[in-house]
Amino acid sequence: MAAPVADLSAAMVTTPIPPVHWLAILPVALCISFGALLLMLRSSPRLQAWIAITGLALLVLLDAALLRQVAQNGPLTMVMGRWLPPFGIAFTVDVLGALMALAAALAALAAGVYALSDATESGRRYGFFPLLMLLISGVTGAFLTGDIFNLYVWFEVLLISSFGLLILGSERAQIDGALKYAVLNLIATTLFLIAVGILYASFGTLNMADIAERAAGLSGTAPLMTLACLFLLAFAMKAAAFPVNFWLPASYHTPRIAVSALFAGLLTKVGVYALLRVLVMLLPTERDELSLLIAIVGALTILVGALGTLAETDLRRLLGYVVISGIGNMLVGIALGTADGLGGAVFYAMHSVVLMTALYLLAGEAGRRGGSFSIAALGGLYRQSGWFAAISLMLFFAACGLPPFSGFWPKVLLVKASLDLGAWWLAGVILLGGFLLTIAFGRLFLFAYWRPSPLPLPPVRTDWTVGLPLAALTILVIGFGVLPEQLLQFARSAADGLADPSAYIFSVFPEGAMR
Amino acid sequence: MEALFAILVGLFFSAAVYLMLSRFSIRIMLGIAILGNAVNLLIFTAGRLTREVPPIIPAGVDMLPSGAANPLPQALILTAIVISFSFLAFLLVLTYRAYQELGTDDTTRMHDAEPEDRPLPPLGY
Repeated sequence: MAAPVADLSAAMVTTPIPPVHWLAILPVALCISFGALLLMLRSSPRLQAWIAITGLALLVLLDAALLRQVAQNGPLTMVMGRWLPPFGIAFTVDVLGALMALAAALAALAAGVYALSDATESGRRYGFFPLLMLLISGVTGAFLTGDIFNLYVWFEVLLISSFGLLILGSERAQIDGALKYAVLNLIATTLFLIAVGILYASFGTLNMADIAERAAGLSGTAPLMTLACLFLLAFAMKAAAFPVNFWLPASYHTPRIAVSALFAGLLTKVGVYALLRVLVMLLPTERDELSLLIAIVGALTILVGALGTLAETDLRRLLGYVVISGIGNMLVGIALGTADGLGGAVFYAMHSVVLMTALYLLAGEAGRRGGSFSIAALGGLYRQSGWFAAISLMLFFAACGLPPFSGFWPKVLLVKASLDLGAWWLAGVILLGGFLLTIAFGRLFLFAYWRPSPLPLPPVRTDWTVGLPLAALTILVIGFGVLPEQLLQFARSAADGLADPSAYIFSVFPEGAMR
Repeated sequence: MEALFAILVGLFFSAAVYLMLSRFSIRIMLGIAILGNAVNLLIFTAGRLTREVPPIIPAGVDMLPSGAANPLPQALILTAIVISFSFLAFLLVLTYRAYQELGTDDTTRMHDAEPEDRPLPPLGY
């Protein structure tokens, strides 16, 4: 008795998949398989470290190839198990996702190289490098996925890896910081899950392209405003926006510097990315209605971050507030919602990934040279090494948003977008935030670099594991500032893709949506 | 049935929020455990609770008959249960370690990462 032959063409992709489509899934597959491999090699920490660096370098190449492909040929979709979307889980990569994934991979490579000397023996034995790989797989997956429940799963992957990285040293301060970080972030992802559940109940689909297409038709009949508010709260918590930012300064200064650098570069930006994706692309009408609220939250976040930077003595805690202030700028871009505003937010996110990683690595090196992380105790770093002071000053200028470094252009875009909409107060807050940061960094340079050291500092040699990533990231910061055209173009096309997702939808449903 | 579950979900959420407002870390953990279950029940209920209509797609149609319980939310909460269970296990160990290391389960007295008497930055030299 022959089994009935079903016609699968209605349910599955039957045409062969072009090889280039594999690029959409390869970065995540690479990270997970390297993570598994590193876990098996846990008894040989030295080998593990070098394999991890190789994996991260490969990831940078893959993400660069992916960005090139997406920028030239439009969004790319790969469906798991060949089930036709919206039934199969889709990975859909557009310029925004590829750009963020590339920046994340660069930051991770820099932090990984730094960790060659920074991760202690016991930290390596407890699995620093496998956790690093899994963290990057979570971050990359979140940037590349085209399915909102899958986004939740990647959030959890990166969250559990970040817990592991945060408490590697098992010090008292780490456990204290990790408890607050873990509880608040878990509540944020749970809120996200609630929103996903309600979203499925109202849309009947989890595929982002499908949702984007139906959102306009559903307004008025489905509780979309409730959904948008839940998503806003959940992702604002992830991004450490003002009133829900307190987990960040409580925890980011406790782990090893390589871990802090990675967290500051990547984790909050995943929250901003999710806000861009969900609020701007999926629920544009609701974002429009919430824009005043987001603008106020963004403005307060800028000011709280800048004032916190002024009030902190510990170098690493101070940088935590710089992260928060940057998040405020990105939120202002999301609130404005114009092409310039969104482009500014995307550019700022790229700048922030590179710059915050560099600043934390710098803080680690300053602490090693000066023997302390406290501004009150540091001194004489300029006399000790002019090069180090020059690199520091460039990164500080970039953080304040002064030209010709990377922080300048996103602020130009954001201020211009605010003035175009007549929101002069937002432009004022952005500039005031930059001014306060300039004072804070000026004072830091004055005390830690220009002030003569109380004790004669011995000349120190910088290890290449510190010098190389720091120099590479500084070159990127200068490059973004002096030659911004390419990145501006990417940021604009990412913003256009969010404002008009038709190319994104077409990539998932080439023959038009079902039903 | 759904109305009953909706009330139950509401009770779960209120109990979870009440417990998480506590300053003692073990109560916060209990709140998180209940919160995770509240979300799972919410999604389960949102996918309809019925046994009357079998969730089988008839021949020639590509959608479930209306009124059938949707199986996808059940698959979603299976994923969410596994994830929230592993997170809870991690958090319980973390809480216990925090209690051992810091000597308290009162979060208002946990000041190791953020000491209370932090000095302000110097004003001059």
